[in-house]
Amino acid sequence: MSVNVKIPTQLRAVTEGEAVAEVQGTTVAEVLEALYARFSELRPRIADEDGLRRFVNVYVGGEDIRFLDGLDTPVADGAEVTILPAVAGG
Amino acid sequence: MPPEALRCKECKTEYPLDARYVCERCFGPLEVKYASRSGADADELKRRIQAGPHSIWRYADFLPVEHPSSALAAGWTPLIRADRLAAELGIGELWVKNDAANPTHSFKDRVVAVALARALELGFKTIACASTGNLANAVAAHAAAAGLESYVFIPSDLEEQKVLATGIYGTNMVAVRGNYDDVNRLCTELSGEHEWAFVNINMRPYYAEGSKTLAFEIAEQLGFQLPDRVVAPIASGSLFTKLARGFEEWLEAGLLEGSLPTFNGAQAEGCAPVAHAFRDGQDFCRPVKPETIAKSLAIGNPADGPYALDLARRSGGAIDAVSDDEIRDGIRLLAQTTGIFTETAGGVTTAVLRKLAQRGDIGPQERVVAVITGEGLKTLECARGTFEAWEIDPNANSFEQARERQLTTA
Repeated sequence: MSVNVKIPTQLRAVTEGEAVAEVQGTTVAEVLEALYARFSELRPRIADEDGLRRFVNVYVGGEDIRFLDGLDTPVADGAEVTILPAVAGG
Repeated sequence: MPPEALRCKECKTEYPLDARYVCERCFGPLEVKYASRSGADADELKRRIQAGPHSIWRYADFLPVEHPSSALAAGWTPLIRADRLAAELGIGELWVKNDAANPTHSFKDRVVAVALARALELGFKTIACASTGNLANAVAAHAAAAGLESYVFIPSDLEEQKVLATGIYGTNMVAVRGNYDDVNRLCTELSGEHEWAFVNINMRPYYAEGSKTLAFEIAEQLGFQLPDRVVAPIASGSLFTKLARGFEEWLEAGLLEGSLPTFNGAQAEGCAPVAHAFRDGQDFCRPVKPETIAKSLAIGNPADGPYALDLARRSGGAIDAVSDDEIRDGIRLLAQTTGIFTETAGGVTTAVLRKLAQRGDIGPQERVVAVITGEGLKTLECARGTFEAWEIDPNANSFEQARERQLTTA
């Protein structure tokens, strides 16, 4: 299962400048683990011991995973996963 | 007390004062850090304020810009003693801060003026925003006045009045098929790809500081005194938390004495992620899909929700939600007791004020300030069907007959 993950500018320093990363995974959790495996400095930036940090939003096909099944949300082949900071707006 | 840096509210990492809003280490929000104000000469500060212009720029010593000016002035709106509304609700002393009296008729002129001033200093030529309506209005107008290009992104189902009052300024208006949170997500993505100043995204630390001027004005208009309680609406939670920050900065600078007022937040039932987190004792907000007439407050994923919760709790306040019917009643109540016609957000604030009074939360000696953030002409639909005109022929007899009918049915 190949998935495209869009990386926000704030994280590209730890993804060797890559704006989109193609990884394997069938759930959001697996996709993130695959990302952490490729970019070792990524995990502490967006995750803590309880899961994702509270100012990190993750979307699958444009929908916030908190409206889906959170980290267990299934990800279809070719799906687009987006990581974004949660501090904009208002 | 110049600004020194941008600092992460979570992990305290510091960054230079440029166009950034997220901590690269922990993804926390950045805010402006100033040099310490303790030991400041309060009398001198007060003199400088009182000698300043009748706009937000009289508070330049507390704002993160080097050149405090804007083509379109903002702020210095009336603080009105609302004795009739106070009597109606059984409140001892009530004031209404009428921020509809801004150039584009909402408090957003304050935040946009600050963000735009800083954007010009940083060399931006284009400004943009994700908006529930009022912000788009302000960005389009301030950009026009300053001669900048602008892009405003709004949900496509916005009130017609807000759309028309924004488009007239000649902005690039982008109506997104989705709700505000969709618009916000899109703009957060776009902000990484375009060299634009998105006022509430990459300029957010500066933008948010503009809301402090509401607190400064309230305190100054009360004669450099604090209210006991503030009732204000919550959408993202930015205004709510920055009101407190404004009071705290003046306490630290010695311009005010006493302690932080009690903070009451107001949300619409149809979009109440912060009120529900407050009720449930949680320190984070579960996002919701908004469904309310209060579109200017329809942010289902509030960025400053955790900080708004913290403020309500540490100040001894609360965050309450009211139904759409209560919002319409609130608009009418404010109009009929103060002469101020507010939009739905002000209806939310007034309805929550009434709820607090009915619940007995407000002490008889308290001085209360209700923050009215926008203008009723922007959400006219809410007034429709709430009254009837007497249609008559143009003669005195017809009028007297109509009046007779009215008196017998009343």
